Amino acid sequence: MNYFITLIKRNWLFFIIMTAVLIFMNILQTPQKSTGEPILSEFISHIITIALINVLMAVSLNLVNGFTGQLSLGHGGFMCIGAYSASMITKIILPASGNAGWLVFILALIIGGITSGLIGYLIGLPTLRLKGDYLAIVTLGFSEVIRSIMVISDDIANVLNSIGLVSISNVIKEIGGPRGITGIDERSILPVVLIIVAIGIIMMRNLIYSSFGRAFQSISEDEIASETMGINTTKYKTMAFSISAFWAGVGGGLLAHKLLFISPNNFTFLKSIEYLIYVYAGGIGSISGSILSAMGLTCVLEFTRTLNLDEWRFVFYALLLIVLMLKKPAGLMGNKEFRFMIPREYR
Amino acid sequence: MKKNEKMVWLAIGVSFTILYILKYGFQGFLQQLVNGLQLGSLYALIALGYTMVYGIIKLINFAHGDLFMFGAYISAFVGAYLAGRGLIGLAFIPAMLLSMIVTAVLGMSIEKVAYKPLRNKPRLSVLITALGVSLFLENFFALPAEKVFFPFNKIVFGPNMLSFPKLIDDRIFNFAGISISMVKSIDFFVAILLMIILELIVKKTRIGKAMRAVSFNREAAYLMGIDVNFIIMVTFGIGTSLASAAGTLYALTFCCLDNPFMGIWPGMKAFIAAVLGGIGNIPGAMLGGFLMGIIETYASSINPQLGDVSAFSLLIIVLIFKPAGLMGKFEIEKV
Repeated sequence: MNYFITLIKRNWLFFIIMTAVLIFMNILQTPQKSTGEPILSEFISHIITIALINVLMAVSLNLVNGFTGQLSLGHGGFMCIGAYSASMITKIILPASGNAGWLVFILALIIGGITSGLIGYLIGLPTLRLKGDYLAIVTLGFSEVIRSIMVISDDIANVLNSIGLVSISNVIKEIGGPRGITGIDERSILPVVLIIVAIGIIMMRNLIYSSFGRAFQSISEDEIASETMGINTTKYKTMAFSISAFWAGVGGGLLAHKLLFISPNNFTFLKSIEYLIYVYAGGIGSISGSILSAMGLTCVLEFTRTLNLDEWRFVFYALLLIVLMLKKPAGLMGNKEFRFMIPREYR
Repeated sequence: MKKNEKMVWLAIGVSFTILYILKYGFQGFLQQLVNGLQLGSLYALIALGYTMVYGIIKLINFAHGDLFMFGAYISAFVGAYLAGRGLIGLAFIPAMLLSMIVTAVLGMSIEKVAYKPLRNKPRLSVLITALGVSLFLENFFALPAEKVFFPFNKIVFGPNMLSFPKLIDDRIFNFAGISISMVKSIDFFVAILLMIILELIVKKTRIGKAMRAVSFNREAAYLMGIDVNFIIMVTFGIGTSLASAAGTLYALTFCCLDNPFMGIWPGMKAFIAAVLGGIGNIPGAMLGGFLMGIIETYASSINPQLGDVSAFSLLIIVLIFKPAGLMGKFEIEKV
């Protein structure tokens, strides 16, 4: 109970803002009497939802790339795991669950997150002993391996079927190989996504300002020095990696229940790069920066779709990344935060 | 590697080989070995560029795979131009040389514009820049020409497939039941020739000596009066021209260029090959390239998708058990 009081005391402003935003959203989404259309059109609320999911992904990637200083290029892979496991669960259980649908959805998200976090832990344990560049390549390779496994899932199912494990093979058949999973229930509506993303951000912030967070930051500043100060660097790196993977999995689950269709092609290398760009544009080591840049860039780039400039999208991304690194390597916010994002005792 | 550890790996390799022979027969085994050597020679050529750049400025040049793509396209254009003038029999060597030169110029200018200003910054920022350059090259050259404003619409390649002119008429030799095609043997021998030339440059010339000095210790080399910037530029030039040669050979073998994204996978696998052999180590890259090509050919002959999985699984295994690669030395980090 004491914990909850502290939690509310530390984050009260955040909770108030969230409640206000939720009520505001609700007003915006109800159809107006005069026109019968809500102020927030379907298209805009879709974009905002996607942007919020990107915010969650960017913030969680920032924990590894920014605060802990390890270059991970496999965020798309963790997202893939989360998306697939969550949508498998909802696809199998949801039709039978009746009124408990939302509970199943939340549980599916959490299970997706935990699966991806566990795999992140298993991947991180051996590879986080490696330094910088190698870690980048292993994570990149890992995400591609995950994607390839999804693509060949049909063959795996056939092999299992021939051995005699029919029930397992039927479940694996649901993954659908290169076709992906279709017909996922739409559950990631704007208020739900907003609440989950807010919880994610609060957790990240509280983590950063805890003793764990200080350990992460010391690793990013100087790994050898922090090891001599008695910080178990491998342990903390693995921890940051699996927490980040957990939230990536949740983000993947949310995305799957927004797009209603996932296939291995949704989670290519370019996906990981996209999140990397959000993190570096916003500022490595700044949660506020990640939020701002993920929100801003997603909205800007989604609107370029309407201008028929879709091909230029990644050219723009790439140029942005190069120019940022050359001219402003610290990103938009540097490592500063908005004042209200910082707990009072640290201001 | 300890001795019994070596034995374990050898045993695993031998048992996989025996299983493969039992399933597909000895002839199938040899046939795939030939195919693997051909693919491996291309990987080795690309891996050499990665390893040289890494050895000299400790940067994973993510854009290397895209320079491979660029080289393939340039030689396709030159080849098509010469073939249109009725010079198809003579076109192969000029096309390859010209594409090597043009790609080397592009590689050196990328180094000058994007990597040089960041040389004394944290290494991660150069890595991110390299990622950005790679993305830029892929997506820029994939723009359809009608969507690009004037000066650039002449240079973009467009997102569609381009067929590579048949510069060498392909004959297939049958040799004890194994078919070896002309093109594939040309791949192999040209790659070996280029590797020998590279080895001579690195070992016998003044520039090669300077390269080795810079990769050994950049500051000391600078103090000895070596023009470090020039040497780094030359290294980029040589590395990218090797990648472009590999691109030409690749296009010649597979007869078509899918789209400007075609460099991602060969580049990635060649990088893995470089890591496998010990990055920064030139003989290691050759060994790693051949090993990679052979293993991938075997894996994808079982299931086409297994090729990619095998590459990355191999990388993860090697990095876990022997982080410095097969021929690399483990560096002790000094504070």
